[in-house]
Amino acid sequence: MHPKRLLRLAAATLAAGVLLTACGTGTEGGSGGGNEKITLNVNLFGNFGYQDLYAEYQKSHPNITIQERTAAYNDHHRDLITHLATGSGAGDIEGVDTGFIAQMRERGNLFVDLGKDRQSEYLDWKWAASLAKDGKQIGYGTDVGGLAICYRRDLFEKAGMPFDRDQVSAAWGSGWDQYIEFGKRYAAKAPAGSAFFDGGGQLFNAIIGQAPVGYYNEDNAIVVGTSPDVRKAWDLTVKAIQSNLSAKLIGSSQEWNNGFAKDQFATIACPAWMMTKIKDQAKHAAGKWDVASVPGGGGNWGGSYLTVPKQGKHIEEAKKLAAWLTAPEQQAKVFTARGNLPSIPALYDKPDIAQYKDAFFNNAPVGQLFTTAAKQLKPQYQGPRAGDVQTTIRDALVRIEQGKQSSDESWKQMVSDVERLAK
Amino acid sequence: MATYLHQARRAGLSRLDTKGSPYLYILPFFLLFGAFGLFPLLYTAYVSFNDWDLLDSGSHRWVGLANYREMLQDAYFWNALGNTLSIWVLSTVPQLLAALWIAHLLNHRLRARTALRMGVLLPNVTSIVAVTIVFTQLFGRDFGMVNWALGLVGIGPIDWQANTWSSHLAISFIVAWRWTGYNALIYLASMQAIPHHLYEAADLDGASQAQQFRRITVPMLRPTIIFTTVISTIGGLQIMAEPLLFASSQTPTGGSDRQFQTVALFMYEQGFREFRFGYASAVAWTLCLVIAIFAIINFLLTRRIAKDED
Repeated sequence: MHPKRLLRLAAATLAAGVLLTACGTGTEGGSGGGNEKITLNVNLFGNFGYQDLYAEYQKSHPNITIQERTAAYNDHHRDLITHLATGSGAGDIEGVDTGFIAQMRERGNLFVDLGKDRQSEYLDWKWAASLAKDGKQIGYGTDVGGLAICYRRDLFEKAGMPFDRDQVSAAWGSGWDQYIEFGKRYAAKAPAGSAFFDGGGQLFNAIIGQAPVGYYNEDNAIVVGTSPDVRKAWDLTVKAIQSNLSAKLIGSSQEWNNGFAKDQFATIACPAWMMTKIKDQAKHAAGKWDVASVPGGGGNWGGSYLTVPKQGKHIEEAKKLAAWLTAPEQQAKVFTARGNLPSIPALYDKPDIAQYKDAFFNNAPVGQLFTTAAKQLKPQYQGPRAGDVQTTIRDALVRIEQGKQSSDESWKQMVSDVERLAK
Repeated sequence: MATYLHQARRAGLSRLDTKGSPYLYILPFFLLFGAFGLFPLLYTAYVSFNDWDLLDSGSHRWVGLANYREMLQDAYFWNALGNTLSIWVLSTVPQLLAALWIAHLLNHRLRARTALRMGVLLPNVTSIVAVTIVFTQLFGRDFGMVNWALGLVGIGPIDWQANTWSSHLAISFIVAWRWTGYNALIYLASMQAIPHHLYEAADLDGASQAQQFRRITVPMLRPTIIFTTVISTIGGLQIMAEPLLFASSQTPTGGSDRQFQTVALFMYEQGFREFRFGYASAVAWTLCLVIAIFAIINFLLTRRIAKDED
C-alpha cells in the first residue's frame, strides 16, 4: 500500500474510533442526572394492563421513555434467567410470575433490594413470597390470581343449560365432580365445535390451586409423586378429559387464542388476570361472557411481581417506576380497566373496587367476587421450579388428550420427569 | 555506502513484503475464526468435563467423563438422536432430489428464466421464524389449511403435533421448503459449467433426455452433489428453530412426549432451561462428532454412487 494512503487510512480509522467512543460515552452516561433522556425497558409476559399507565408516567416524567416488551410465559422467564446468568440483556424492570418467583428469590443477589418501606401495604404472603433468604425484597407484587370460572352465557343457553350466574355457581358449588357432570350435560347438546373447557393443563392448575400444598413442601422438596392433592387434581382432570369435555388447547398458545375467537370452549378457569386475556382475545363476544364462582370455593392461580435486576443501567429510575406501577392507586386502575386483581388488601374495601361490575362480563360483580376470594385466599407455598413442574404436568395431560398414553402411563412418566427437574 | 545500505534495506523490506504480507492478508480470518470458532469449540470441550451451573455464577467442578456417561444412559438423548436422524432423512433426501430436478428444468430455455431462478431462492431469504410460524398454522389441528385440504379428499383431520410421524413430516416439509431452492441454484450453476458439446454429441448418438441426464449431467455434477450432501448433512443434523417453534407449548421439549425434540433442542433444553452447562456441552460435542461421522459417510457414499455412473 502506498505510504500516504496508509497514513490517510490510519487517520480515518483513528478518527472513526474516537467518534465511536464519543458516541459510546454519550449514550451510556450515568443514571444520576435528573433530566437526562433515558429509556426504561419493561419486560413482561401476558398482559399486565399497563399501557395507559405508561402514557401517564411519561407525561409527568418527560425525560423517561418506557419501552414494554412482551413474550410468552415460558419464553419470558427462560430469557430472564439466561440474562441474569450471563450478566447482561435483562430489562430495567422484569415481570416475574408466582411460578418462577421462588427460583428468582434464590438468586436474590442479582436483584436490587427494594427495601421494607411498602411491607405494610401488601398481603403478608404476597410480600413474603418474593423475599430472598437474607431478607432482601426482590419484587413488588402486582396482582394476585384468585379463582373463578368464566363462562359463555350464550353457549350455555344454546345448550339448554342454566346460564344465570347464581344458578350456574350453585350448580357446581359443591365441587369439581359437579362441574364435570354439568359439563357432560352441556356437551350432550352443545353447539358444534364447542367443548366445555379449554384444556387439561389449565383445569389442573385451577384444581391444584385450591390445595393447601402444591408441588413443593416448605423444605423445597418436590411432593408431586406423593401428595394426595396432586393425585386428586390429576384424576379429576383426566376424568374431565376422558368425558370428552376438553378443547385440548394449551394455555396462551396461538391455538388457544384462536379458540376464544372461534368459540371453541364454553368455560375457562378464571383467575382475575384471565379476564384481561379474555378481553384481549374474545372482543367479538363482549357481554356474552359471565363469571361464576369456582367449584368448591377459594384457590389461587398465578399473580406476579415486578423486579429490578441489578445489571440495569438506570436502577434508581427503574425502582421508582416499579414502585409507581404497583402503588395502590395504579393497582386500582388496572383492576377496573383490565381485570388484574390488586395485591394490596386496603383496596378490597374501597367502593369503586368492591362494587365494580364489568360490562364485558355481562355486568358481573367481579369486584365483590374477587375481593371476597382474595380475602379468603390461603396461599400455597411455591418452590423453585414450580413453573417448570406445572409445564411438565401440562405436557403429561396433553399426552392423554392426544390419546398417546393412558392416565397411569402418563402419570408415571410425569413423576419421573418432575423428579428430573430437581436434579 | 549509504546507497548500498539503503538498497539492502529496501531489498529486505520487499522480501518481507512478499513473504510476510500474504499471512497478513489472511490474518483477519484466522483472528476471527480463533475468537469465534476455535476458542468456543475448545472452551465447550472444557466445560463438558465439568459439572457447571450457569445460574450459580458459573461455579463448576471437574467431573471428567461423567457427563458423557450420563448422556449415553439418558433415554431422552437417544430419543432426540433418533428424531434428528429421522427428520434429517425425511427432509434431505427429497430436498436434494427435488433440487436436482428443478435445476434441470431451470437449465432449459424458459420464459422469464432469471425471475424463476431468483424465485427459487426466495424461501431461503425469508426469516426462519416467520416461515415456521406460517407453516405451523398451515399444519394446525383445528383450523389448519393442510387439514382442510385433506378433508376435501376425505382424509383426517390429523393432529400434526401429536404423532411422531406426522410431526417429523411437517417439520421436514418446512426444512425442505426453505432449502430446496438454494440447492437447486448450486446445481444449476454447476450444470452451466458442463460443456455443451457433450450434449450435442449425445444428441447425435440418439441419446434420450433421460439418458443425457443420467449419463452426462449427474456424473459431471459429482463434486457439487458431494458438496450439497455434506452441507445438508451438517445443516440437517443441527435443526433446532423449526421444532422449537413448531410446538404450540412454547417449550424446548419438542412436543408432549418429546416426539419431535432434536439433539440441538435437547442441548438447548439442558443448557437454557436446566442450566446444566456441562451436560449441554457434552451433548454439543457429541452432536459435532455425530455430524462429522455422517458427513464422512455421506462423502464416501456420494463419491461411490457418482463413480458408478462413469
